[in-house]
Amino acid sequence: MNVSSFLPPLLALTLAPLLLGVTNRTKALFAGRAGAPLLQAYHDLWKLLRKGTVYSNVTTWVFRAGPVVGLGAMLAAIALVPLGGCRSPISFEGDLLLLAYLLGLARLFTVLAALDTGSPFEGMGASREVFFSALAEPALLLGLVAVSRETGSISLSGINQAISLHVWGHSGLVLGLVAVVLMIVFLAENSRIPVDDPNTHLELTMIHEVMVLDHGGPDLAFILYGAALKLWMLGSLIVGLVIPFHFGIPALDLTVAVAGMIALAVALGVIESTMARLRMMRVPELLIGAVTLAGLALVLEHGGVVS
Amino acid sequence: MKSLIDPLLVVVALLNLAMLVTGRLRACIRLAAWQGVALGVLALPLSHDGVGFRLVAVAIITIALKGWLFPTLLLRATRTADVKHETEPYVGLAASAMAGVGMLMLSVWLGSRFELPVPTTSPLVLPMAFFSVLVGLFLIISRRTAVMQVVGYLVLENGIFIFGVAMAHEEPFLVEMGVLLDVFVAVFVMGIAIFHISREFDHIDVDQLSTLRD
Repeated sequence: MNVSSFLPPLLALTLAPLLLGVTNRTKALFAGRAGAPLLQAYHDLWKLLRKGTVYSNVTTWVFRAGPVVGLGAMLAAIALVPLGGCRSPISFEGDLLLLAYLLGLARLFTVLAALDTGSPFEGMGASREVFFSALAEPALLLGLVAVSRETGSISLSGINQAISLHVWGHSGLVLGLVAVVLMIVFLAENSRIPVDDPNTHLELTMIHEVMVLDHGGPDLAFILYGAALKLWMLGSLIVGLVIPFHFGIPALDLTVAVAGMIALAVALGVIESTMARLRMMRVPELLIGAVTLAGLALVLEHGGVVS
Repeated sequence: MKSLIDPLLVVVALLNLAMLVTGRLRACIRLAAWQGVALGVLALPLSHDGVGFRLVAVAIITIALKGWLFPTLLLRATRTADVKHETEPYVGLAASAMAGVGMLMLSVWLGSRFELPVPTTSPLVLPMAFFSVLVGLFLIISRRTAVMQVVGYLVLENGIFIFGVAMAHEEPFLVEMGVLLDVFVAVFVMGIAIFHISREFDHIDVDQLSTLRD
């Protein structure tokens, strides 16, 4: 393990909220508004951290544990995901399963905390979150399995190192399909349009926001920061897949990767500005479509059907 | 040119999957049209000895028939027959998609089991041919509107076409054209039939056709 492997998590911890700013700026540009400052997310976090918290009498320790466990799981997940050719600090064979389970753990505690409030409103959001993520998870895992078979490595760092222009050259079809799958998972897991709108608080449609309505102060800051880290983490999977350049110089690689992340945030803003949100009943079809594409990628890869 | 084959076959597969999850009739017809265009282009890079006149003719006729004429006929049939906009599936769209994955895996397995006397140009040819045939059959049995049955028939025929194109240099030109002509007549007749059915009855729901009597 060398020093450069600590750079990806460090970048994630410092730059993750910036992505939200970039996305919001892009959306503002499309809407013809000036938009919030790029560093708005940092200001929000700082503001929330200085506040106190209020807990309802009917909640138990589960409600308090929700944000902490969620953030902890995201921090652990950040330590697993490599960026721009740098290995992640923690990497072992099969760590992509741990990544999926950490996402699941964070989700479980968010859902439990939402249910713990006893509000039917939050229960509704919890139900939606569980339903949609149950469909997004097989897509994520099948996609990652297809790439790991393609690159012959079952750790995220290994996959990231193995992807090169050469791999894209002879099996670009599989990687392209997986990139699309990861993009759909990225949109769904981060509650983005077309699955969910992070800006509106319309009770009929929101998924993630409804579950955190009763959190305030530092707890809410933890949740927001955790969400930003999740955005960064899933984003860096996509960037690692579609930017196959490794120069061997950590500084250069990381600059390219961070530029890729910013470009992804801009792309996210463009998607959110140009697409309408899907009807609630249509979301499962989108996610099953992603599972289908991942299945196609796996089938194409299997036995080297694509030579 | 050879490197075009695999992407085109994957495009065909993706269009199959898209047709399984599309709830809109017109969108489905357009997807079938794009599949026809993809098949026409597919005829070009398959030959072992360069692009000859025969293959160009097959490609042009295929694109003209499958990519333009059939969809135009079907779209006109939907307009004149005043069909509803939905495909009205018996099997839900999400379940159709999962069935699509199942059919894909089955066809890849089948493709790996078959031994052809002639070497195919790409290992994807056979699986994708089977996949299109299966999806076509599935569309025929799982959709309620008569127009979707025609679309399913077209997809099924597209599968047979892939199979035929894979052996384009073994197969006489006339056979190819004969098949295309058959399909053309079939779609023509079906279009007219749909039109007449819709004029006699106020729907083209095939579920209700079974209760017809004189």
